Amino acid sequence: MRKVLLPTIIFVVTILLVMRLFYLQVIDDSLKLKSDNNAIKIKYDYPERGYIYDRYGKLLVANQPSYDIMVIPKDVKNIDTTAFCSLLNITKEDFLKKIEKARVYSPRLPSVFLAQLNKKEYAAFQEVQRNFNGFYIQKRSLRDYQVNYGANIFGFITQVNENIINKNKYYNSGDLIGKQGVEESYEEILRGIKGVKYIQKDKYNRDIGSYKEGRFDTIAVQGKDINLTIDAELQKYGEELMINKRGGIVAIEPKTGEILALVTAPSYDPAILVGRQRSKNYTMLYNDSIAKPLYDRGLLAEYTPGSPFKILTGLVALQEGVIDENTGFSCSHGFSYAPGRFMRCHCHGGLLQLHRGIYESCNTYFSSSYMRIIDKFNNPPRGVDVWSNHLKSFGLGEFMGYDLPTGRRGKIPTSKTYKRMYPGWGWSSKTIVSNAIGQGEVLMTPIQLANMIATVANRGFYYTPHIIKKIKGGTIDKKFRTKHVTTVNPKYFDPVISGLFDVYNFGTAHGLNVEGIDICGKTGTAENFAKINGKRVKLQDHSIFVAFAPKDNPKIAIAVFVENGYWGARWAGPITSLMIEKYIKRKITRKDLEKRMLEGSLEAEYNKYIPNPVKDTLINQMAKKPVKLVSKEAIKTKDSKAKDSTGN
Amino acid sequence: MKNQSVTNNLDWMSVFIYIILVILGWLNIYSSSLSSVEDQTSIFDFTQIYGKQFLFIILSIPLIFIVLSVDGKFYEKFSSVIYIVGLLSLAGLFVFGKTVKGQANWYSFGSFGLQPSEFVKTATSLALAKYLSDVQVNLKDTNRQIQALGILAIPILLIVPHDPGSALIYGVFILVLYREGLPSWYVWTGFIALVLFVLALMIKPLVLTGVALAVIIFVYYRSRIINRNWILSTIVFLLIGGFVFSVDYVFENVFKQHHRDRFNILLGKEVDMKGIGYNTNQSEIAIGSGGWFGKGYLEGTQTKGGFVPEQHTDYIFTTVGEEWGFVGSLFVIALFVLLIIRIIYLAERQKTKFSRVYGYCVAGILFIHFFVNIAMVVGIFPTIGVPLPFFSYGGSGLWGFTILLFIFLKMDANKVNEW
Repeated sequence: MRKVLLPTIIFVVTILLVMRLFYLQVIDDSLKLKSDNNAIKIKYDYPERGYIYDRYGKLLVANQPSYDIMVIPKDVKNIDTTAFCSLLNITKEDFLKKIEKARVYSPRLPSVFLAQLNKKEYAAFQEVQRNFNGFYIQKRSLRDYQVNYGANIFGFITQVNENIINKNKYYNSGDLIGKQGVEESYEEILRGIKGVKYIQKDKYNRDIGSYKEGRFDTIAVQGKDINLTIDAELQKYGEELMINKRGGIVAIEPKTGEILALVTAPSYDPAILVGRQRSKNYTMLYNDSIAKPLYDRGLLAEYTPGSPFKILTGLVALQEGVIDENTGFSCSHGFSYAPGRFMRCHCHGGLLQLHRGIYESCNTYFSSSYMRIIDKFNNPPRGVDVWSNHLKSFGLGEFMGYDLPTGRRGKIPTSKTYKRMYPGWGWSSKTIVSNAIGQGEVLMTPIQLANMIATVANRGFYYTPHIIKKIKGGTIDKKFRTKHVTTVNPKYFDPVISGLFDVYNFGTAHGLNVEGIDICGKTGTAENFAKINGKRVKLQDHSIFVAFAPKDNPKIAIAVFVENGYWGARWAGPITSLMIEKYIKRKITRKDLEKRMLEGSLEAEYNKYIPNPVKDTLINQMAKKPVKLVSKEAIKTKDSKAKDSTGN
Repeated sequence: MKNQSVTNNLDWMSVFIYIILVILGWLNIYSSSLSSVEDQTSIFDFTQIYGKQFLFIILSIPLIFIVLSVDGKFYEKFSSVIYIVGLLSLAGLFVFGKTVKGQANWYSFGSFGLQPSEFVKTATSLALAKYLSDVQVNLKDTNRQIQALGILAIPILLIVPHDPGSALIYGVFILVLYREGLPSWYVWTGFIALVLFVLALMIKPLVLTGVALAVIIFVYYRSRIINRNWILSTIVFLLIGGFVFSVDYVFENVFKQHHRDRFNILLGKEVDMKGIGYNTNQSEIAIGSGGWFGKGYLEGTQTKGGFVPEQHTDYIFTTVGEEWGFVGSLFVIALFVLLIIRIIYLAERQKTKFSRVYGYCVAGILFIHFFVNIAMVVGIFPTIGVPLPFFSYGGSGLWGFTILLFIFLKMDANKVNEW
């Protein structure tokens, strides 16, 4: 017994030690992690983000270095506050306040103590940084916007959130990422790849050299510069024209699908989302649920297209052979499409053929044509699907595949849509006739509208709209070089185009033509409703215009949407005309029209249904011009001839 | 019949394990001290820790020869002298001692220091063996018990002021005395006292005393009536209560803060991992990060970063844990256990009581160092600065353990020459 005590104790104790070692070394993973955090510092080398240029090489977005002093409140110990404050030129009260604020946020996590030092301050601080425990410098590269427009195109840079960090291993907390616009869609090209250096540190947190001789280190890859297809001057002009209006402008170069301008209104100066005020400003923009400045109307707003849709109705009718260009329909200021059902029309009446049907925007003509398409097969569902497929070949009812991160499908109904809408009872061409004039179930975004008119300009094909022109040292997606041909034969486009040309000569856009440029266009006025206090209220009609020019060698196709802009020729028409003139002639001759458009405001219209409009939203603050109302009489007298009518 | 050749009778297995341990020790010291070296120099650079240790190892070779060539009877004959010299060397520290890291347990000779306490373990073992080998000594006798404990008490009293932690090492001699006939209640009392001590720090004294009372009453009534002894039960209860309360009192009022902290860390009461808990925390991180097979020799990030304090001395095992992993740690533990068990085995086959007791002392001392050191490093024992035999950096330690071990191996080799 006495002999075995010591060996027994040795045995028991050894088992105990081995178990403890097993727990520490094999079971408990946290220690491995702690060890890495403890001994290896990962230092990232962030490459500079690529610059953004416009289609002609004008620099739009560059970078500015920025140095932030970060603080980890828990680590702030034994520092010479007086020296610190005098170095950074702050008062002691400031110092204490900032530390306290950081502590409230988190004592352990770094907070920005002082943002955006200049290079000199940075250099001075860096020298003595080691005397100030708990403080360190974080270099960041911020965007330096060279222009005060294009915010919706560029998007912005923000810190990654936890969601992104979990999803994408590349990002670490505190990293910056592009959001919205090209910053998001070309994030990987613009950002480059950050370099990683593993640095071995000792217990004093001093670097003692590279970890494993730099075996795991990687070198940063610079971000690539990109050229956008945007014409900076046109973009700027478009945004100016849209001041105090809401809506969107999309201009496309028909023969390439390049987006020349993508305007959403209201918009904001991209520079407000840089720097110290970023977060505050973003919150204000985000919370502005009325003007919705962050909502890119050019891409996201699904509007009832209205009269421009008649172009498609005409083309499909020609392709399906239910009409030819000489087919005539008689219009007596309206169209009785079913017993007791009458669609009013404001054309000049009489017997209309395709040409006059287009430039006078005759409801009767296109409704009749549409009914012939649907009834062609004596089978409305089949008729609808044939019609629907033709429309889809114009890129409608689907995401278009352009290179911007947001978008909407729009809506092109099919037989399924109506089977769902009218279950159990028959529906016919008469039921859905309002589609003919773009008022039924059809919805389109401005960019789809622009692409539609570009397709017409091309006489039957389009390239997927895109905003990337060139990637320095890279290639752009092949899909933007792929021609999409519509199911409508090119020969049917010319009669329609000649009608669109005369919209300017005799039709609804009479008086908006530009000297020396043959413009083809189409007005649109779309009814729209909103729910206000639970009641369906009819709001002022939207003003819509689509156009391309010149007629025989199209250089620009454009769609303009002005919310609650009364009728097509009142706001959208003039804006379209000015944009075309700007793009093709580079200067504006019709100064009166320009002035009227620049200064015109629809704010009063927008505020009509808001009991207490908020005046101090960021958008209002930023509007460089005061809200000036152009008197209605002035517009009416000048535009009386070009006046469109509801439903056109 | 006489065979004087030491080499023939030497227990080569022990020697072999000793050599492996010393070599492994040096390799780990080399790794752990490399971080503080700017340019890698020759391993013979005696200004560096690994260079010095190399020198200590080389110098222990003649030491071994001397120990082995001295006549086998020398140690028994001169044990008292050695013991007294040892005690004097400890006493001399009060006058000539050099204070290093708060402990004045060094003699300084130029750039080298000597730590007498490392040698006094051997001296005490010899003295105890000598005393117990006297045929008249029977440990059932209370006077003999007191005398035997007195041999241990003198060096303990001399060491406590300099280095209270190492004094704990002498506790292991109780196990040696038990082997030689000390009544078992000593061991039980020691064991219960230890348990009560730990419990007293974790539980409020009043609660603990209450629990003890309940246990005593339970035992009292479960005993057969004839065995019930209310006087003994009351005394036991009073002793336990007194002990528990005095532990609490001593802990709060006599212990210094850093002593208290060492226990508090272990009991999970302290969370300040940058302050007092730093050592243990870093040591656990280093070992824990080793995983199954470790990070590879000279690849330990914690070791290179110098995160573990005193890594080349008391915390040398963290280097093993980090760079060689669980498998490497197991190997080192196996070597130690093998050596200790081997010594116990050899001790049991000694023909003289003197060498048996001494052998037991050697096994016990190696074991208590091994256990306290590794248990501290893995965080299950308070921070007490005892070296890992043959592994930890330091000349005194290495030589002390070498002499301790080889005196016994000499006795073992010599056993055929006796009687």
